[in-house]
Amino acid sequence: MFEGVVFRLIVRRVLLGLVTLFLVSVVVFVATQYLPGDAAQAVLGRSATPERLEALRTQLSLDDPAPVQYWRWLTGLLSGDAGVSLANQKPIIPQVMPRVANSFTLLAITVIVAVPVAIAAGILAAVRKDSGADATMTVAALGLAAAPEFVIAIGLIAMFSTVVFHWLPPVSMVPPNSSVFTRPAILVLPVLTLALVVFPYIFRMIRASMIEVLESDYMEMGRLKGLRRRRLVLVHALPNALGPTLQVIALTFAYLAGGVVIVEYIFGFPGIGQGLINAVTARDIPVIQLTVLLLATFYVTVNLIADLVTVLVTPKLRTGTWHR
Amino acid sequence: MTAGETPALAVERLAVLRAGTDIDIVADVSFRLRAGEVLGLVGESGSGKTTAGLALLNHFRSSLEPAEGVRVRLAGRLVQDLDADAQAALRGSVICYVPQDPGTALNPALRIRTQLAECGKDGVPLAEARLNELLGEVRLPATAAFLDSYPHQLSGGQQQRVAIAMAFANRPRVIVMDEPTTGLDVTTQAHILDIVRQLCSLHGVAAVYISHDLAVVASLAQSVAVMYAGRIVEMGPVDAVLRRPRHPYTQALVRAVPDLGSDEAVRGIPGQAPDPGARPAGCSFAPRCTAATAICAEEPPELLLATDHSVRCFHPLEPGGTAAEAARISLISGVGEALLQIRDLAARHGARQVLHGIDLALTPGSCLAIVGESGSGKTTLARCIAGLHADQSGTLRFGGVELAPTSRRRAAKARRDIQYIFQNPYASLNPRRTIEQSLQAALETFEPVSRVEARLRVAEALVQVSLPASMGERYPHQLSGGQRQRVAIARALIVKPRLLICDEITSALDVSIQAVIVEMLDRLRRENDLSLIFVTHNLALVPSIAGEVAILMAGRIVETGETARVFADPVSPETRKLIADTPRLRARWASA
Amino acid sequence: MASLSGSRTGLATVGIACVGFVAFLALAGPFLSPYSPEEFVGAPFQPPGGTLWLGADALGRDALSRVLSGGYRTLGLAAVATVLGVAAGALLGMAAGFLKGTADEAIMRLLDVALAFPQMIFALLFLSILGSDPWLVVLVVAAVHAPQVARVARAGTLRVAGEDFVRHAEAIGTPPLRILLREILPNISVPLLVELGLRYTYSIALIAGLSFLGLGQQPPTPDWGLMINENRIGMGSNPWPVLAPVILIVLLTIGVNLVTDALARRSGATAAETSR
Repeated sequence: MFEGVVFRLIVRRVLLGLVTLFLVSVVVFVATQYLPGDAAQAVLGRSATPERLEALRTQLSLDDPAPVQYWRWLTGLLSGDAGVSLANQKPIIPQVMPRVANSFTLLAITVIVAVPVAIAAGILAAVRKDSGADATMTVAALGLAAAPEFVIAIGLIAMFSTVVFHWLPPVSMVPPNSSVFTRPAILVLPVLTLALVVFPYIFRMIRASMIEVLESDYMEMGRLKGLRRRRLVLVHALPNALGPTLQVIALTFAYLAGGVVIVEYIFGFPGIGQGLINAVTARDIPVIQLTVLLLATFYVTVNLIADLVTVLVTPKLRTGTWHR
Repeated sequence: MTAGETPALAVERLAVLRAGTDIDIVADVSFRLRAGEVLGLVGESGSGKTTAGLALLNHFRSSLEPAEGVRVRLAGRLVQDLDADAQAALRGSVICYVPQDPGTALNPALRIRTQLAECGKDGVPLAEARLNELLGEVRLPATAAFLDSYPHQLSGGQQQRVAIAMAFANRPRVIVMDEPTTGLDVTTQAHILDIVRQLCSLHGVAAVYISHDLAVVASLAQSVAVMYAGRIVEMGPVDAVLRRPRHPYTQALVRAVPDLGSDEAVRGIPGQAPDPGARPAGCSFAPRCTAATAICAEEPPELLLATDHSVRCFHPLEPGGTAAEAARISLISGVGEALLQIRDLAARHGARQVLHGIDLALTPGSCLAIVGESGSGKTTLARCIAGLHADQSGTLRFGGVELAPTSRRRAAKARRDIQYIFQNPYASLNPRRTIEQSLQAALETFEPVSRVEARLRVAEALVQVSLPASMGERYPHQLSGGQRQRVAIARALIVKPRLLICDEITSALDVSIQAVIVEMLDRLRRENDLSLIFVTHNLALVPSIAGEVAILMAGRIVETGETARVFADPVSPETRKLIADTPRLRARWASA
Repeated sequence: MASLSGSRTGLATVGIACVGFVAFLALAGPFLSPYSPEEFVGAPFQPPGGTLWLGADALGRDALSRVLSGGYRTLGLAAVATVLGVAAGALLGMAAGFLKGTADEAIMRLLDVALAFPQMIFALLFLSILGSDPWLVVLVVAAVHAPQVARVARAGTLRVAGEDFVRHAEAIGTPPLRILLREILPNISVPLLVELGLRYTYSIALIAGLSFLGLGQQPPTPDWGLMINENRIGMGSNPWPVLAPVILIVLLTIGVNLVTDALARRSGATAAETSR
């Protein structure tokens, strides 16, 4: 169904994504293992005894040549063995996976809540461009876009958990290995925070691309053809707004991969971001390596999927040109 | 029109305002059209012709609104009496629209089948057989593969024929066509005009054909309305209006139009049309009119019947008394050693070869026109000479010295001697620099000059292109298109070149401004001992400027020689076809 | 339409006022603060009252004095990091866009790798390894911005470099560096200025966020990000040590955003005029 050009384009994008991921893994490995000079010293601090340092070096394989270490680490990861945590000497994967599931739940709920609302708001603002509603939403989005995540989170906590009302738990304390669904109330504030963080980006992009579509020549032509409003919006405008919308959803996901860290930390949410902060505090290098690599992989993959789907839903990109 | 016959379209006092103001874009437009009649609505950019055309469908672009008292009768029904739904129902069935640029007016996300089928009345899609019939009418392939294609897969001419098929789908009473052939090659244009002519007469459809091109209108329409500054200034049968114009603007416009059927050189109209909101109290053309008197500045004239057609002028010209002072074309070819010698030039764009074995010579002091349709390679040829296209082979000799393919590897003298002027005056000047800074930068590249001398040279160059020296302080966005193009010419002249390459430099301008630029180039060539290469798609413009011509087609020169000879006695069949397809303004009158 | 554009100019004025107010408090704050920011003057989380206008923080220090003393570092570090990052990104992007070919490809692939890390993760990764000296924070935040700015600069350079006035400069033999500085840079300066404003708000968020996570300024330094984290457990008793820095950060970032937005709009209008 694809013409050669498109197939080659897709293969090229996937290969580029893989190369990027490979380079990312090298950066992560080199940064964590070599940047401070002696990783073992950095982990244990100045007061460490020579014996303990030597033991840790062996555990981190710091005495082998770098490429050998990297290769062992990468093949280990790919076969599902990320080694053991320095903090508790237990295998990492079983500790990280429940956190990944919790974080993913948080992201998915945020996307399900935020994306439709923001898209609807963006479309409404575009259709009623320059109206009072549009101006209000645009200024609100501007303000929200300016505020850092932790500021929004603190604001919400002040509003709903401490200063004004006491409706919701200010922290999401559950044991790290259990599911967040045991206490759904703890999801409310983190989801609300993340939703408010991503809202302005989605809103602005959808508004801009909808305005572009609505003011296009082909929409004017549709009106001049006497098409009904319903058909004009559903058949003519919507397919053209699909590409930008998908891009926005992907960007939202990708952005959230970074945003979860602070939000999870603030609310004590047992996800991968909180895990990362704990690992950073404990200088637990294997956990940091795995977590950063997972987040980067997620980020790259989401962007890649968005690009590919955009190609597939845009006829101009999907098909070649044939002049007669 | 026989008495009692209902006109297909009757328009009374059509006026469009800027929303919320009393500034009119279009005002006092009234006319009637019977079934099968084609009215040419002619005007330059900003004259309000598109706004008027869309108003006929009761459509107004954002920030525009209709004035009070407009009455548009479609097949006897008063449109203003209907509610919004009923008005919308008229569109696409009783009155249809063909857009200027089908490349953007067709929906890029929908197949041709979808866009054509949805033209059915009352939301009922047209059947496959009917679609094929419609494609056949506009001479497109009636195949499933064609219906399955997307707009971007078609050529410009095919897209426009799809748009025409959509307009004719419901056999409407009236069609409004907005410059449907602008941007198309003359051969494609001739084909489309033929289709339009045939469909209108076959189905008795009345058409309003909006165009800036008098020759196209003359070849298609029975009557014509000339618009200036939002008003019809002259209206009547095509022959009467264009052959015996009585409004000074119409007369000047006819003289500015290059025409293969005439041996008169084009003549420009100095000045420019006033913008809405800045129009004078009296006649809008008065500031540019040579016959204007005190009353013209005070009172707006009415459109009145004078002999065989209507004119909006206090001092209409005497019919038929116009040919006396027309300048004849008298172009001499240069003599002597060739200044520029091109041998076996070939050029590629990536894997595609766009020029094949070009041989050309240019004598000092002469003007060579390079004519070709889009994709013929004419711009690539011009850029090869200017050193802007690296991927070329063959030899270029200038003043006896061989030129490197890129300007970077050419001697400073060669870069200075050969100056190139770009097609689009909106992109060829740095928007962040004043005119003076742009000109100075060009000068300083070749000559170390003092600040005082630089200013003098800039002023001198601006005066050469008939711009006041005070223009130097302005930024490009403060200038009109014609003024910008003059600045671009001044930027070339300031370094005192020997060869000026003009790449379609008038194609973005109105004909009245185009004629001004062409007159000016001819003067500059004679005064400064310049040679010119004038690249154009408009064959009709060639006799006004160039003594020699080369016709380019698909990357090859198919004919070259003295202009007079080539036009009188073309050798190659391609040239003959090109000449035949170029619409003429005066040809019919000559034979009449 | 006139009223709307009028209200937009009004918004820009509000923006300038917000930025001016916060900048004044941050810069003059250390001289205005009634107590030393590290002096213990009350009970932990003592509510506002008496001379303690905003009450006391988690350790019983004067919240107002800490707010007034804790701004200039964040604002200053963010400014340096932003300027560094935008400058480096602009240079890289312009070089890539102007040189094209292999150099472009190499630069953009490297930036793709940097862009594969979410910003916060990138900063966390390096700061957790390298430590949290202020100059390291500045460098890492600058490094976070550079790839994004480079993309903007490259796109702008490519767009402008394809314009006819640049071709003209090339045709008459203008040296490449002069083309880059005199023809191209002035035409991408507005998007770069917009980036500068936008990136400044991100820098503030990032630097304050890192402090908040314990990876930026270290206690007992008075710092807005740190204050928010140190005092949020006591929000029920005295919210002001948290709310005051929160309000100031929001005022600053909204102000910068309003000004940047007005700038982008104005230049958008002039660009439309030029290309008409």
